[in-house]
Amino acid sequence: MTRIALQLNGVRRSLDVEPRELLLDVLRERIGLTGAKRSCDVQVCGTCTVLVDGQPVSSCTYLAVEADGREVTTIEGFREDPAFERIAGAFTRHAATQCGFCTPAMVLTVHALLRDGELTDEGSIRDGLAGNLCRCTGYRGILDAVAELASEGTGG
Amino acid sequence: MTIRTPERIVGEGAQVGRSMPRVDAGEKLRGEARYVGDMSVPGMLHGKVLRSPFPHARIISIDVSAALALPGVVAVLTGEDTLDIDPYWGHAIKDRPIVAIGEVRFVGEPVAAVAAEDEATAEAALAEIVVEYEELPVVGTLDDALAADAPLVHDGPIRPGLFHGLGTLPDRDGNICYRYGFERGSVDEVFEQAEIVVEGEYTFPGVYQYAMETHSVIAQWEGGEVTLWATCQHPFLVRAEIAALFDLPLGRVRIIVPYLGGGFGSKSYTKMEPITVALARKAGRPVRIVNRVDESMVTTRRHGAKTWMRTAADRSGRLLAREARVWFDTGAYADNGPRVTATGADSAPGPYRWSGVRVEASCVHTHTAPSGSYRAFGASHVQWAGELQVDEVARRAGIDPVEIRRLNLLTPGEQVRPGGKPLDADLIGDIRKVADALGWDEPREPGIGRGISVGLLAAGAHPVSSAIVRLEADGEAIVLVGSTEMGQGQRTAFAQIAAEVLAMPAERIRCQGTDTRFTPYDRSTGASRSTTLAGLAVQRAAAEVRADLMEIAGKVWPDAGDAVELRDGAAWWKGERRSYPELIARRFGLSGGQLIGEGGVHPEGTGSYAEGPVFWEVCIGAAEVHVDRETGVVSVRRTATVADVGTAINPLLVERQDEGATMQGIGNALLEEMVYREGMLLNDSLLDYRIPTIEDLPPEQVCVIVENADGPGPFGAKGCGEGAFAGIIAAIATAVADAGVRVDELPLTPERVWRSSQGQPKEDAKG
Repeated sequence: MTRIALQLNGVRRSLDVEPRELLLDVLRERIGLTGAKRSCDVQVCGTCTVLVDGQPVSSCTYLAVEADGREVTTIEGFREDPAFERIAGAFTRHAATQCGFCTPAMVLTVHALLRDGELTDEGSIRDGLAGNLCRCTGYRGILDAVAELASEGTGG
Repeated sequence: MTIRTPERIVGEGAQVGRSMPRVDAGEKLRGEARYVGDMSVPGMLHGKVLRSPFPHARIISIDVSAALALPGVVAVLTGEDTLDIDPYWGHAIKDRPIVAIGEVRFVGEPVAAVAAEDEATAEAALAEIVVEYEELPVVGTLDDALAADAPLVHDGPIRPGLFHGLGTLPDRDGNICYRYGFERGSVDEVFEQAEIVVEGEYTFPGVYQYAMETHSVIAQWEGGEVTLWATCQHPFLVRAEIAALFDLPLGRVRIIVPYLGGGFGSKSYTKMEPITVALARKAGRPVRIVNRVDESMVTTRRHGAKTWMRTAADRSGRLLAREARVWFDTGAYADNGPRVTATGADSAPGPYRWSGVRVEASCVHTHTAPSGSYRAFGASHVQWAGELQVDEVARRAGIDPVEIRRLNLLTPGEQVRPGGKPLDADLIGDIRKVADALGWDEPREPGIGRGISVGLLAAGAHPVSSAIVRLEADGEAIVLVGSTEMGQGQRTAFAQIAAEVLAMPAERIRCQGTDTRFTPYDRSTGASRSTTLAGLAVQRAAAEVRADLMEIAGKVWPDAGDAVELRDGAAWWKGERRSYPELIARRFGLSGGQLIGEGGVHPEGTGSYAEGPVFWEVCIGAAEVHVDRETGVVSVRRTATVADVGTAINPLLVERQDEGATMQGIGNALLEEMVYREGMLLNDSLLDYRIPTIEDLPPEQVCVIVENADGPGPFGAKGCGEGAFAGIIAAIATAVADAGVRVDELPLTPERVWRSSQGQPKEDAKG
């Protein structure tokens, strides 16, 4: 067991983890934050995305010990951020969520890209979201929602 | 973009026909929506399944002692532990043991299962189970299975399952477990005399539905009852199968279905429930099993299929006869293979006026993963083959692909197949609309191909649904209906349907997941049936509540008669208003109470497959592709689909359904294939099995919503969301052919397209 300390959704936490434990399992099974989902296990689908020091990370292939000393934000934390409502509003208006399984990860990824000014046109949205699969929507609603957000600028 | 036709104006206060936001959007965006894998119950163990590494082998021995000795392991389940019951299940054919008994028939078949205090321990214990196998001959492909001296995947008699719904099941014929066909007119004579005959053989691959949430189940035994939290599209059918397997009354099996992370057919009927229930029974504690992707991929998949087909026509392009033989690879166990086989056969003729048709479809076992339902099954397998032939006839007759369809399409009321429901849609109108939406008549640049396709899918499954609507004392309503929310948006649609009847805002209506203890019976969630059938039950249940409200209003205003109007959550007469809470208080006094309505749908005849379908789902798609002959890369530049939905309860959600189906169609047409060699699955991970990403989204997409109010559902609605899948696969195939590349095998990978465009053989000569 290794003791790690991290800032999780704005709260300092320390806990003992096995060196082999994945951040996804620690979040879901030990802390009970189930917003990040498990699907492909090989860093393709993106549904396990959380933000580590603000950057999107596939928590299914990220060791919990690597999060030591870092800031981890899951959807449970981000939904309290003022930036959440703007993204949620666009996703709702455009019906950009169906089964919802990929949605929290999609929202976190969109937030990080918007914040960093990386979503400037349709091409950059396609590039930026290529690592987040959605099997239901066919992406059209997501593209429309994110294009609207991108056209409004970062909005703080 | 969307086009609605005919144009409609949604009146003020109208609930049906408006694109209200999904009622579950907030929960899902906030990460609050719960899926089975997010849930746990007190004392719960974690289950893992040991799966066969061989496609076909005899199990000589299983030694679980080392696994049991691991700290944290509570129980290990093997086939022996299921011999006190009849351990075979399968809704169509009871051919599948809970855990392998003496023999394994595909790579991935459960051989044992471990329940442990945590998942890592359970996983470690799997490695400690020692199984001795004797490998047996493998039937790896349809051709292997149909060979004269083929080893038999099953040799026992057919045992019909509880829900095959296909009349009497005949005996096995070699590896064929089910056959379905029909014939009318003088087929052979027409072919002998026809001026144009097109003939070909077509291959459709096995594919993985990839619902992002894998199959997940929690099972808990308590007080002689078993409770499951499970990823079920058909909770009531699973309840019946579990009750039959474990010899329990229906009321002692309780199935709770929260949100599903996608289904697309992969969670229809029974899947991981029996093994989880058996493991929990053995462990004496609740158990949760959450499949990994490589496990769900072999839990069920879409059938690979081979189609031989020929089409006869005269030189003016009048279609005369079609003959088709289709073989569906159902894998080691039947799963939904018989129904897929029948539905595929029904789709094989295409919606044309034939003087002769002969179709024979077979459901064939191989030593590969069992195959079941996937969105638009049957139609997806065969429509593209038939439509390629129609285009070839058009080419030889010298007429346009849209024109040949217009000449030959069935019109409403005409027979689609002998017996059964006649055509209930305006296909000629639909095909013109989709052609216009694609820009069919615009000039073409070099390398560009355009394709258009039309087909029919027998939709609705068995017409049994029920619903309860409760209007609470505060004027909010609750809808109880056993249909599963798996992304399609039915909770939103049901809220809108109930709201329209109750003349109140849909935002004030709650509809939640199924709990078979409290939710009334619904046959299943699939075959595009929820809006149509469960929606009709909701409409009827709401109508009972409405009648109650009118009755109370009649007591408030004895002279009003029928002149009372219900509007915006209140009754009105001569400028006076009584809110629903006031009306409810009038009936029950101040202490509250509830108005309860019940509604149901049941078959008018026997409900048999032959009498059906509930409606014919229209499978129309159009596509414009660019084919790079140097690299073989096909890019889809524009798509158009028709959602012929009768009435769009929520137009935005209809559009999103078509877009989702379009993307899955692009995946099936261009990318997706489970690659098997000798019964071994070579690409059992998303690294090697590629599904569409946002980068594959076509630059332009049009969805035409057609609302002719000709559906059997509420307000003239009929289901959608599947037809576009089959339509787009066929549209892409015909578009690639239009660009000059011969197509007879999907997916249209760059290698296949390049080989075909260069006149190269299909594969290098090697195993």
